[in-house]
Amino acid sequence: MARFVMEFERPLADLEEKLAALANLDIASTPQLAAEIAELEREVERLRATLYSTLSPWEKVQVSRHPDRPKTVDYVAYLFDDVVELRGDRRFADDQAMYTALATLGGRRVVVIGHNKGHTTKENVARNFGSPHPEGFRKAERAMRLADRFGLPIVTFLDTAGASPGLEDEERGQAWAIADCLATLSAVRVPVVVVGIGEGGSGGALAIGFGDRLIMLEHAYYSVISPEMCALILHKDAARAPESAAALALTAEDLLRMGIADEVVPEPLGGAHREPETVAGEVGVRIATALDALSEEDSDGLLERRYERLRAIGEYNETD
Amino acid sequence: MPINDWFKQREGRRYTVSTGSGTESLPDGVWRTCPECKRTLYQGEVERSLSVCPHCDHHFELIARDRIDALVDPGSFAEIDAGLVSSDPLRFSAGKPYASSLERACQTTGMDDAALTGTATIDGHPVVVGALDFRFIGASMGSVVGERIARAFERARTEQRGVVMIVASGGARMQEGMLSLMQMAQTAAAAERLSRAGLPYVSMLVNPTYGGVTASFAVLADVIFAEPGAMIGFAGPRLVEQTIRRSLPKGFQTAASLQSHGMIDEVVPRGESRSRVATVLGYLMPADRAVPAGADDTPALLPEGGEA
Ligand SMILES: [Zn+2]
Repeated sequence: MARFVMEFERPLADLEEKLAALANLDIASTPQLAAEIAELEREVERLRATLYSTLSPWEKVQVSRHPDRPKTVDYVAYLFDDVVELRGDRRFADDQAMYTALATLGGRRVVVIGHNKGHTTKENVARNFGSPHPEGFRKAERAMRLADRFGLPIVTFLDTAGASPGLEDEERGQAWAIADCLATLSAVRVPVVVVGIGEGGSGGALAIGFGDRLIMLEHAYYSVISPEMCALILHKDAARAPESAAALALTAEDLLRMGIADEVVPEPLGGAHREPETVAGEVGVRIATALDALSEEDSDGLLERRYERLRAIGEYNETD
Repeated sequence: MPINDWFKQREGRRYTVSTGSGTESLPDGVWRTCPECKRTLYQGEVERSLSVCPHCDHHFELIARDRIDALVDPGSFAEIDAGLVSSDPLRFSAGKPYASSLERACQTTGMDDAALTGTATIDGHPVVVGALDFRFIGASMGSVVGERIARAFERARTEQRGVVMIVASGGARMQEGMLSLMQMAQTAAAAERLSRAGLPYVSMLVNPTYGGVTASFAVLADVIFAEPGAMIGFAGPRLVEQTIRRSLPKGFQTAASLQSHGMIDEVVPRGESRSRVATVLGYLMPADRAVPAGADDTPALLPEGGEA
């Protein structure tokens, strides 16, 4: 199967191809080949370092969508034990685009809620590419209520391009399902730790995307609208998405600056998919630290602070 | 994206502006064409019928202030939280600069942002009422709209009032990026707090209501009404059509279709909205804050001194 190559990594991919071709040659018969390979390898690393030290917002969006990037279920597999997956919304269906489970992180019993993207096309078709239907949000809300009733902290993983915009999604109340998640999540009497691992697309991400801590991976994004859709509206041209991505202030760093995110988890050169276990390990440490700090607070204080946190977001001038 | 669809559809259309609102009043005597039945109407005639076409029942758009005036007891409205203005936090200049859109919207509407809120009574019931004005950047929700809506719910909770929101919106205001998206969570959280305080919230969805506003405070009401013909949804019709790659069924996302799908309680004509909202408030307002049924003119069912 052909490797997935991001647009901006094309020069890197070309070098790596050359390198692979050289490696297939008989080194013993051409002594200078080894030196050439070593030089090329150094060049690849230099180029990668250069590319990743200056990633544009649009390039980060591409990294966040990389098919090899660790997904919700990968973090669950790396970090959690005793997993009991919670399936279905008890009203209509089990939406594969949303993952919910009882799980244990280093002895901490929690409820996990995450957008469920796959790595392969087959997985993604079954999971609607991680874009939940109303029943997916109702499944998430069911998990939130369960967490609330039994005092289990909630850990969410954001990775969606957005809520599914189909005919039946509308007819079954997509807006209602999302709004109910927002209302419920604002009022659960347990700590809520949110991790942006990939895409944070609009209302579909927000439905499980706010709480007491927001941890963002370095190349994850979170945005009010996709850069492509924004470009379509502003310029009637989706190809101008790079400009829109920059204008929307959607990177982890932007969110940290605006006081929406609390911390950013650095990614290895080339993105989280190059060292998924290392990244997952670090994410696990950050979640555990946040959970431990939040568990010190009583639930009234927790709720009050969550509300104040939300109310503090917004920029305007007030005159009287 | 809803905003896009709606701006497109709106090109070349005019707003109804009634006299008495203090904004850009059209002179009485202007003739206009009903977009639905295509009949020529006398502006004065349209206004006398709450901007509803007397021939086909088409509901013309109304500015926020007129919507509030049509709903609350005459003279009871007092604006709250005035003087909030967007600071263009992202210095958003892709496409049309946000600062100039804001300036233009302020000039044409005489408002400082898309939401107007205040205290009022409806048939004597104390409420905080809010309305969104579609002329102001598609009544999209940015920091100011979100702040006003949240404060409206908070004031109602503090003062033991009900909340009535008249909602039209293209969705979140993308020019404020994530600050705008987070207003969805903020307004939903404020509505949830009101709900937990045992106070009622009624929303009236009018044409058009889409995106992040539908998916937050608009549909969290205890009772949801909608105006006849209002288009309401999360994703705009064009996006849905592109997604499913076939044409949409007739009546898709209309108020009537939402009622039949169980998403709203009732399609209420503009002329009846005040009495319907008042009736609901009569049922849901806490006993110590409610106006007794028929307080004005109906004899009490219990004899004097009986328990009420
Ligand atoms: Zn007509």
